[in-house]
This record gives sequence, structure tokens and C-alpha cells, in this order.
Amino acid sequence: MKAFAELYARLDATTSSNAKLAAMCDYFRAAPPADAAWAAYFLAGGKPRQLVPVKLLRQYVMTASGITEWLYEECYQAVGDMAETLSLLLPEPGVADDAGLAEWVEQRLLPLRGLPPEEVLTRLASLFDRLDAHGRFVCAKLITGSMRVGVSKLLLTRALATVAGVEATHMAQRLIGYTDIGARPAPQAYLDLLAPESFDAEARSDGQPYPFFLAHPLAVPLDRLPDLLGPTSDWLVEWKWDGIRAQVVRRAGQTWVWSRGEELVSERFPELLRLGELLSDGTVIDGEIVVWREGRVQPFAQLQRRLGRKNVGARLLADAPVVLLAYDLLELEGVDMRSQPQAARRAALERLADQIAHRSHAEGLRGGGPEADEPHELAPDLARAPPSFLVLSPLLHGDDWTALEAQRAESRALGVEGMMLKAAGSTYGVGRTRETGIWWKWKIDPYSIDAVLIYAQRGHGRRASLYTDYTFAVWDGPPQSKERRLVPFAKAYSGLTDEEIRAVDAIVRKTTVEKFGPVRSVEPSQVFELGFEGISRSTRHKSGVAVRFPRMLRWRQDKGVADADTLQTLSELLPS
Amino acid sequence: MELIVARPEGLYCPPGDFHIDPWRPVDRAVITHAHSDHARSGSRHYMAAQGGEAVLRGRLGDIDLQVMAYGEALTHNGVRISLHPAGHVLGSAQVRVEYQGEVWVASGDYKLGDDPTCAPFEPVPCEVFITESTFGLPIYRWESGDVLAEQINAWWAANAAAGRASVLYCYAFGKAQRVLCGLDTGIGPIVVHGAVENVNRGYRAAGVALPPVLRVDEAQADKAALRRAIVLAPPSARGTSWTRRFGDHADGFASGWMQVRGARRRRGVDRGFVLSDHADWPGLQTAIGACGASRVIVTHGQVPVLVRWLNEAGISAQAFDTAYGDEEDEGPSASGSAEGAADGDDARPRAEPASASESEEAQ
Repeated sequence: MKAFAELYARLDATTSSNAKLAAMCDYFRAAPPADAAWAAYFLAGGKPRQLVPVKLLRQYVMTASGITEWLYEECYQAVGDMAETLSLLLPEPGVADDAGLAEWVEQRLLPLRGLPPEEVLTRLASLFDRLDAHGRFVCAKLITGSMRVGVSKLLLTRALATVAGVEATHMAQRLIGYTDIGARPAPQAYLDLLAPESFDAEARSDGQPYPFFLAHPLAVPLDRLPDLLGPTSDWLVEWKWDGIRAQVVRRAGQTWVWSRGEELVSERFPELLRLGELLSDGTVIDGEIVVWREGRVQPFAQLQRRLGRKNVGARLLADAPVVLLAYDLLELEGVDMRSQPQAARRAALERLADQIAHRSHAEGLRGGGPEADEPHELAPDLARAPPSFLVLSPLLHGDDWTALEAQRAESRALGVEGMMLKAAGSTYGVGRTRETGIWWKWKIDPYSIDAVLIYAQRGHGRRASLYTDYTFAVWDGPPQSKERRLVPFAKAYSGLTDEEIRAVDAIVRKTTVEKFGPVRSVEPSQVFELGFEGISRSTRHKSGVAVRFPRMLRWRQDKGVADADTLQTLSELLPS
Repeated sequence: MELIVARPEGLYCPPGDFHIDPWRPVDRAVITHAHSDHARSGSRHYMAAQGGEAVLRGRLGDIDLQVMAYGEALTHNGVRISLHPAGHVLGSAQVRVEYQGEVWVASGDYKLGDDPTCAPFEPVPCEVFITESTFGLPIYRWESGDVLAEQINAWWAANAAAGRASVLYCYAFGKAQRVLCGLDTGIGPIVVHGAVENVNRGYRAAGVALPPVLRVDEAQADKAALRRAIVLAPPSARGTSWTRRFGDHADGFASGWMQVRGARRRRGVDRGFVLSDHADWPGLQTAIGACGASRVIVTHGQVPVLVRWLNEAGISAQAFDTAYGDEEDEGPSASGSAEGAADGDDARPRAEPASASESEEAQ
């Protein structure tokens, strides 16, 4: 634990990527594999299921430090981080011991889960007594599962790749699935990560997806596009779908569906498991999961209904059926296609889509239709759903960028976020690489509305004790209506510079009307232009609407609260 | 009888007809210490403790100042006034006010920890104790000054070994001198910002032994030595051309706020040293307990927290609204900006315009 706590301290003490990389390499070279296995797991963002309920941990801290609940709460609000609050409050420790990270996690922390509260409290007291302040902080981070220390997965990948002496892209591939919630990183799993290059090819028999290739935002004016991008014929152009990025992997007679967070979501989308059955072994398709009805994509809010639950009922399946809008083919007949040019992969994908349509049609005739003898094992109702769950993301064409821009203007009506531009010659990179070709996301401007700041709450981490999380309201009537009120409709916390945050923080403090715990209501005086990606009706919000990805676009210091928008303007943005 | 009340211009003693640390000009001002949120210009007559005279005059210029030794007393309008060490910075004082057998003490800013640059805090028995609460939360518990000095020296030595200068930001008055006293001069040369040296002169004049230091223009000739140097500068010097002359350097910040990781990260410095001239949570309780007061009035910092805690502990407590700080947690939040670099990096930023001392720092 001590070595890991020291690593954490080194990572925390610097903002330089190279220094962090060096710290990780030093640690991984020296650490026993059992400890390193867990270190890699936590640094890659792995979290075991909750070990100790937060309430219980808090109770332990209050008892051990002899403070009341309100005083604990004040401390937490000033610190903004539970693990750190704990480390600052606990009394002086006893004697530290030398147990390594693996022993701490496997013998001491994981067994806490599910124990009776009294037993947990006793054990916590004995565990934290063996750690110094910094060890306590790191240990509490492990318990609460919020190990953010400014190490991106990419950086960890580079560190492990350096230690193993393999390509970073291969390490990225090996790391996929390493942090699954059920995973228990054993020494062997770690040694496998560090294996020599040839290891990759042999191990392709499981359901590992490829690291996703990600797009860069394109935000230049239309007249500069020809210079930047060349002719439109150099590009494959598609809609930018508002769904969940996913890979469908078919190998060894099994199907896996991975979301972009490298989370396995197969069970939530039985439609895609069905699609998998139509694929040959050694096939990986990249695309977007969307709810699809009557030949068009449905708002993201519909898809969200599918995300919340692990078991999808028949009714929901019928209400919100999904398809994979396929746009890339990463593996075919067991061969990694990623180094082929985008256009070649697309052509192969189109041939595959034809074959699937054919197969699914044939299968439909054989008994996939409404009179099927054997209901589908995962969802009987699927038999009555469309025969194939794969839709090719169509290619868009325009002679020049102006023509494409004209089509892009239709995005909102079509329920898409804009366009994707993929260089015809580009290979499929890893993450946001741009060396061998690039994907651009050419999004339409977000919806925007002028809203009034009415509540503020303190932030966390770097923003602890600053008022950075705001609730915004619009008027429920037109300016001439005397009794109109402000109705809250969105929360946002991003989009301001540090300087603006400090200025708003000062205003919040000066204009506070009431405090409710960490939240303050303020005199309405500040107007912000809020941007958001989507809007839908909602019965759960007072305003009757819910917006997606709200953030602050601009602080409108030039506007008074009377100039802010109304519920009427907001509802005019609702899709008909 | 209320011997000290809060008025719009500052704390005021009605029977004595004088103010303590007023934030607007008054006729008679008793000053607890020379930090600019406690010592402001414009009043007609000033009184302060002897040790702080040079610094106070350096900051407020040509003022009508009467100084008293610690423990010396004088009677004004029937009120017996005496000054007692507060342990905050050189010349910092608690103001003891006695009238018709009742004793109140206004303590200004204080700390209980060791500090070679000033007289240690002295508990003064009283009925009513007026206290700060800058770090009035149980998360604030300080290590001893020796431990901090070791940490700073170890950091400096490691940077020197790597051929990088160590720039340590700390408030020019009090903190800088305390840091100076703990530095191991064997590691390399010590360079100070002009704002620090201005205050150093006052300390040396008062007989405080400080190690030899170089002004930056004196240090610049020897580039190799500069790379082994530690540089003490006020926080406002960060990111200015003054600091750029040290090339690729490590930077650190010495302040009680560095106790919290979020504040450290907001500062964006390589290292935070938790070194404060204010009482930590146990220190506040010790001080309050030691003076035996049955009533406590909290002026600035974590005011509601300390008031509530004391009331729950059976000590009658209330708050005074003062300009020594805005409110409970504003210090760390504004500490990132030069304009927010309040008087004493441990103190609260003020709503008042920048004082002379700050423009002096910015030079």
C-alpha cells in the first residue's frame, strides 16, 4: 500500500504528463505483479462494486474524530472530497504495516462488502489505524471508488506499453475489459498485459473489441473548408447520429456488444445479440445504437429508457426498439481490417450488410416471423420485430462543401447532430489519434437560450468551495405579464473560464438569499446563454421540459434578468 | 456593559471612545498588527505594539503613532488598555481592555505554534474574548514549524540537486520571515523579492535574526548559483516577468490553505506547504479555553461554525460583522488570482480596493 500511496502522491504532485509517465513506469517496474495488477486496474478507472456504504464510512469518520454530523458536513463542503475529508479528520494513526496493495484490496477491503454495519465499523477502525494521512486518503479513495488523479487511460496505456516494450495501440487493446466491474485483476492478468508482442494474435479468441477511433470537432467557417479538407470527394460523409457508439463483436459462436466506455452492454440490447447470430465468426462492426422506428432515428431520450435497466421487458422492447446504424467494419473473417483505407472498409461493410439482409430474409422465411415455433430465448417478442437489426449509416453526397452545408442545415429536422467527415484514405486509429487519417465531427450549433441563475452549489475537487454548479430558470410568462415567475429548467457547471467562475462565485456570495445545505438561492441578477443538444417533454421537471448536455455558452453581462427567455420560447424548440 | 461593539467603521470601545483595527478612518485606532486588513491608513492617531513599529510605519507612512511594550498599560477615558503577544507576526498584539472591573480581549489574528520571528501567544484571562476563526474547521491541524522547515529544505535541496531554482510564494510580511528563519543556508543562496526585503528591514531593526539574503539584481550575476537558489516572493509575483528570470524552476506555496488538495490544485504550483500564521482548530480551542472567557465573539473566517460549536460546548458565542474577511470560505477560492491575494495569504480577500501594501508587492 505504501508504494502505491507514494505513486499516487507523485502523480498528484505534478501536472506534467512526462513526470506522471515516469512515476508510473518506476512503480510498475518495481511492484510485485499482484500489486501492480491492482494498481493498473485502479489507474485505468476500475472500480469494484461499492465496498462500504458512504453513510457508514461517514459514520466511522464522525465517531473516530469525535465530531457531530453538521460539523462533518461543513468540513466535507470545504474539502469537496470524501476521502480527503476522512484523511484530514481522523486522529493520529498507530503503527503502519507493510502489506502490499493486493493484500489490502483482497484481504482487507473486498471482504468488507456485505458485512454487518457494526463489523464494518470495527474493521475500518483497525484498518485506518495502520495508515498515515496519505495512505488513508488513498485507501479511502479505493473504498469510495473515485480514484481520479489526472491520469488518462491513454497515459496509463503508454506507461504499461513502455514497461512491456510493446506498441501503445496493442496495450490499449489488451487493456480493454481489464476494468470490468466484475474483474479481479490477478497477477497473471497483469503479466499477460506485459507479455511480448506475439501474444496478441493468439488471444483473439475472446470477445475483446478494438479501441474506438474518435472524431475531432470541426469548427471552422464554411469558406475555409475547401483549403482545410480539399474536395468533398476525398471524404466519406455521414450523419452524426445521436445514440450510443458501440461495437458488435462476433467470435467463436458468441456475441458481445461494447459501448464506447468499454462497457459490456450485450444484455441490454437483445436485438443486437440477434444481429450477432447473423454474423460469421470473426466479425466486428462499429456503429451507433439508436432507437429506430418507422425508418427514422428517435430522440436520445427514448434510448435512455433502455439504458437504465439491465433486464429489458417486452413492452419496452416494442416501444423503443434499437438497431445498429453500422458505419465501419473492423474485423472480417477473423482479419483485423483497421489498417485498410476507410473507403475499402466501407465497401466491405456494404457487402456484409447485403449478406446479412439476405440471411435474415431467409431466416425470416424459415421461422423468424410471427408464427415462429420457438420464441427467441432472450426476448420472445423479438420474433415480431424487424428481421434485421442492422441499418447502414447512409453516405451523403455533395459536389462541394456549400452543398453539404445546405444538407447539414436539415440535421435538426432529421434528429441528428450534424455530419461526420471521414477521410476516404484514413485507417482506423486508436482514440483521438490523427496520424493516419482523421474523422471530423461537423456538428450543428447547439440550441441556445438566455436563462437566469437562481441557485448555486459548491463544486468538487479543484472547484471545491467555489460556487460552480448552477441552476438556471426561464420566465413562465411574457415581459408584459406582471406576475410572471422564474421556473428552473436546467443545471449546468461547465463553460466558464476560471476567472469568470471566481467572479460569479463572488456574486453568488454577495447576493445569497437563503442557504439550504450546500445550495444557495440567489437574487436573480445574472443572465447566461445556455447551450444544449436536445430538448424533450418531461413530467419530472417543473418546467415540463428536459434538455440534454446543458452548458454555459456565454455570460451575458449585457443582459438584465427581464431580457431572459421564457418557457414559451423553450417549448417552441420541442420536436413536434 | 459592552466594552467592545461592532460599528460600520470598525470595532469600537464605547467607554474609551477608540477603535480597534478600524476599516474606515477614525480618530483613535489601536492596531493589533500591520497586515493591511487590520491596519489601514487615514486615522488620526494610532497605537500599536513596539515590535511592529518599523513595519507599520513602512506600510502606513507618516502616521501619528504611539507604541507600547507588551504588558505596559495606559488609561484612557477610564479604560485601562494594554497589549499582549498574539504570536501571529512581529509586533502582533491582543488588545486587553479593562473597565470597571470587567476585562475584554480583542485578539486580532493569532497562532499558538512556534515562530522564531515573534513573541509567542500569551493567554490573557478575560470575561469576553474576541477571536478570529480563519481556519475554524477540524480539518485544519498544523504540523510544527520545524517539520515544515524540514519539508521546505528537503524540497529546496532536491530542486537544487536537479539544477532548478525553487520559487516559494509566501506572504511578504510574517510568513516570508518565518520561512527565512527555518532555511538551511548550506543548500544554496536565498533570493528575496523587493516586497519581502522591505519587510525584512523592519524585522532586522526589531532585532530578529534573519539569514543573509540577496536581492534579485545581486543574485543574477551568478547563473549557476541561481539554479541552486530558493526564491521567496509574494503570490502576486507569480507569472510575472520578475519570476520568469529564474527560468525553468520549481514553485511552491506556503499557506494554511494548502492543507486542502483542491486549493493546492487551484494554485497550480508544484508543491503546497501547510504553513500558517493563524491558529488551527485545536489552537482556537486552546486559546479560548486558556483565557477562561465565558463569552466569545467571532470576527472573521469560519464564523458560523465556531459560533455554533462553542454554543454547543456550553460557551456563549456570537458573531461580529467585520471587514477582516468576507465570509466563511472565501479565502481559498479567491487565492488563485493576484487581485484576490488578500492581506496575509491566510487572510480573507477583502471587498475593499487594493491597499498600498499590495501595489508594493506587485512591483
